[in-house]
Amino acid sequence: MNSSEMISASFTLVLPEVFLSVGAMALLMLGVFRGDRATRLVSWLAVFLLFVAGVAVLQGPELRTLAFGGSFVVDPFGQFVKILMLIGVALCLIMSMNFIREEKFERFEFPVLIVLASLGMSMMISANDLISLYMGVELQSLSLYVLAAFNRDSLRSSEAGMKYFVLGALSSGLLLYGCSLIYGFTGTTNFDVLRETLIPGGLSIGLIFGLVFLLAGLAFKVSAVPFHMWTPDVYEGAPTPITALFSAAPKIAAMALLVRVLIWPFTDVALSAVPEWRQIIVALAMLSMVLGAFAAIGQSNIKRLMAYSSIGHMGFVLLGLAAGTQEGVRGVLVYLTIYLVMTVGVFACILSMRRREGMVEDIEELAGLSRNHPLMAFALMVLMFSLAGIPPLAGFFAKFYVLVAAVHEGLYTLAIVGVLASVVSAYYYLRIVKIMYFDEPAEPFLSPIGGEIRLILGASSLFLLFYVVFAFPLLGVTDLVARSLF
Amino acid sequence: MSEWILTVITFLPLVGAFFLFLIKGEDEVVAQNARNVALWSTLVTFAASLVLLVEFDSSQSGFQFEITREWLGGNITYHMGVDGISILFVILTTFLTPLCILASWQSITTRVKEYMIAFLILETLMIGVFCALDLVLFYLFFEAGLIPMFIIIGVWGGARRVYASFKFFLYTLLGSVLLLIALIAMYVMAGTTDIPTLMAHQFPVDLQMWLWLAFFASFAVKLPMWPVHTWLPDAHVEAPTAGSVILAGILLKMGGYGFLRFSLPMFPIASDFFAPLIFTLSVVAVIYTSLVALMQEDMKKLIAYSSVAHMGFVTMGLFAGNLQGIQGGIFQMLSHGIISGALFLCVGVIYDRMHTREIDAYGGLVHRMPIYAGVFLLFTLGNVGLPGTSGFIGEITALLGVYQANNWVALFATTGVVLSAAYGLWLYRRVIFGALEKASLKTITDMNPREIAIFVPLIAATLYLGFYPAAVFDVTNASVENLIQHYTAALDAYQNVLLTAK
Repeated sequence: MNSSEMISASFTLVLPEVFLSVGAMALLMLGVFRGDRATRLVSWLAVFLLFVAGVAVLQGPELRTLAFGGSFVVDPFGQFVKILMLIGVALCLIMSMNFIREEKFERFEFPVLIVLASLGMSMMISANDLISLYMGVELQSLSLYVLAAFNRDSLRSSEAGMKYFVLGALSSGLLLYGCSLIYGFTGTTNFDVLRETLIPGGLSIGLIFGLVFLLAGLAFKVSAVPFHMWTPDVYEGAPTPITALFSAAPKIAAMALLVRVLIWPFTDVALSAVPEWRQIIVALAMLSMVLGAFAAIGQSNIKRLMAYSSIGHMGFVLLGLAAGTQEGVRGVLVYLTIYLVMTVGVFACILSMRRREGMVEDIEELAGLSRNHPLMAFALMVLMFSLAGIPPLAGFFAKFYVLVAAVHEGLYTLAIVGVLASVVSAYYYLRIVKIMYFDEPAEPFLSPIGGEIRLILGASSLFLLFYVVFAFPLLGVTDLVARSLF
Repeated sequence: MSEWILTVITFLPLVGAFFLFLIKGEDEVVAQNARNVALWSTLVTFAASLVLLVEFDSSQSGFQFEITREWLGGNITYHMGVDGISILFVILTTFLTPLCILASWQSITTRVKEYMIAFLILETLMIGVFCALDLVLFYLFFEAGLIPMFIIIGVWGGARRVYASFKFFLYTLLGSVLLLIALIAMYVMAGTTDIPTLMAHQFPVDLQMWLWLAFFASFAVKLPMWPVHTWLPDAHVEAPTAGSVILAGILLKMGGYGFLRFSLPMFPIASDFFAPLIFTLSVVAVIYTSLVALMQEDMKKLIAYSSVAHMGFVTMGLFAGNLQGIQGGIFQMLSHGIISGALFLCVGVIYDRMHTREIDAYGGLVHRMPIYAGVFLLFTLGNVGLPGTSGFIGEITALLGVYQANNWVALFATTGVVLSAAYGLWLYRRVIFGALEKASLKTITDMNPREIAIFVPLIAATLYLGFYPAAVFDVTNASVENLIQHYTAALDAYQNVLLTAK
């Protein structure tokens, strides 16, 4: 095969990414020529673009295939996570359309930046080389920094963007330093080569150093404790649909990247020895679950509360990763899927908390919601019990499968800490149910919430309610997908 | 057909709840329709469960009406079935729920539709707990029951309902999550969560100890045993009447059922090892909570503490590990389900009229409410354990079983019978007898036909089981004997291993 054939073969593999990047440019041109009037159109075209990219992902090869000299990988694992990520981005984009109009920052760059961020995330998911990893992470992060500060007239939004940028730059530095150490000690940046050179001899001290820095950088992206400091402030300050995006898509992409980096080059499947990175992940998971549970208790702003809640949930996902087995990866994938549904649903609710004077974010404002908006209250109750992990809702199964994987690997302490933390976190989820159902009604929200938000809210709560009946297909798919990493 | 009967019984109330969900219109009309739909759904469920009882072959010790369907893959299946132990709890559930709906007929006036939906969902989950033959399925029903009960206490409860509902939810959840870990550990060990398979599986002794403790954490909270009973008085006091009935009548029994279904057959050696712990806690529960009950000023709290004491008899009976102990424990659970449920309904009757549960607020009710006085007397005596009521049979059989296992435990536990007479009769004297002096009581009316209709089946059940306990023992006998055979065989085998090791 000559080089031009190789390149064209590579291009067919990265078709989804090509669609996203070319599409983003085209939308940018459209926006420039038509001005802010075209924002609605650009937004819908962006949703369409994400859909097309999703179709292209599904058309990809069924076996693990490398592109661009091994720096880019297409495999079932990546395809599954990409579909999740694209769904998450598309739903957040749909939910944002009315919001940006009413909050008066309807500018055409908004959807374009979201598409660019999803391109970055897609690169992250498929990265098979430290260089492409860094490229993906940076493209994603830079787009998100701007999005966090998008409502530039709002002090809180600018502050959130600034904070996110400074801390994000710091984490990128850590990440890059880790990459350079790994390169220095092995002489390669490619995951496949790393896998072959590393496994026989175990990790040298210098390499472990590199791995620690790499993990610190990635832990920042999934906001695992102790790299979580930015999360509550950025969640609170960023425009709500962007907060929804933050808590859904980039978390999923970064987690997939973390899984790939740790499992593919750094885990010896055949020798079944305990991987060196496990104790780091165990510590991150434990701290995240505990802090996520306790710190959320005192929160009164629902977006901040969701920030701590997402920290706790990421701790649970890391619990599955800590197992480091195929079962664990399956647990991670099931968890991420259900987590995506729950997060999108909760933010659809938050976006409907609108009064005449504007958006409200205090959880006390939900008082008596069950009287004023019974269906919305019911949906939010389902979401809360699911987040708390109470059966028969889907959130329980998410926790169940990561716990099975952890117990299988003998991580009893971690599992017990996890379930105890989930009891503590149940307290604040219950508090929201209590406010909605037990308290006297407050002033109702503006009644006709957008049709698309109602649809998303309804669909997500129905999914969580009926997952117990239709659990099997997702389990089968994730099982197949997880196998592709081993 | 017979394969699906358990599924139908379990999910019939849910169908009713679904129809309720669709009801729309004027508040008054919706409320009335909701009451009717709920009553009919529960009555039909009860009728269906009677079919189950008729079809049940009590000479067999194994599970019947079994159904197995693919569910989560990996040997986690949708597996339902009943044996002699669980079938009566299913009947108890379907029997009590329509009475609860009737008891809420007038006392619940706000958000009737939601109330009835919560109750029907709760019924489905309770039946499911007793029918599930897969650990994950069991856990699902067991834990999910918290949601509707949380809502029932929190929305329709008394003044401190928020505190009580949170305490109820978090306390029980804390116990249950440890059970979840144990369940997962068993799944990892045995490769399945199928209950009959796990019963035959022999877990290593040291693991048995940990698993037993984890299950104990969950069931001891649920039952509740001293010292983790403190959520119960709060939950009972704040819950609406029907909520208390369900709580005392059925939810508490899940703990005892759990010991019987899991701890004894799956971890026999650990059960034997920890039996002294159970005996100690049970004796403390019987004596201490009886004394606490003496000093209560709130009627519901008094009955709640008496429930803890009566559950003490259940646990010691079960862990005596012999035929009479276990039979007595099961009987005591069923009898307590009926009698304590009825007592809470008795409190509900006067609470609906006076809106207070303070014992001091009453006195001399016999002068205006003779029928009520009679009914209350019957159930007070049933609670005390008067021969001729079902309470007597349960206590005496359980104590006989315990006496064979450990006569000191039986000696101390029997003082509980005396104490229960003390608090029960004293309560009765203060509320019913004496002169009718309080002005607010001068116009109180006796029970109306609806209320009498609620109590008739309860009185009938109490007396029937009191005079003819074989109705229960015949059903449970084969399964209990099988359980004991299995249990003693495992203990003997372990003894032999120990001897040969020496």
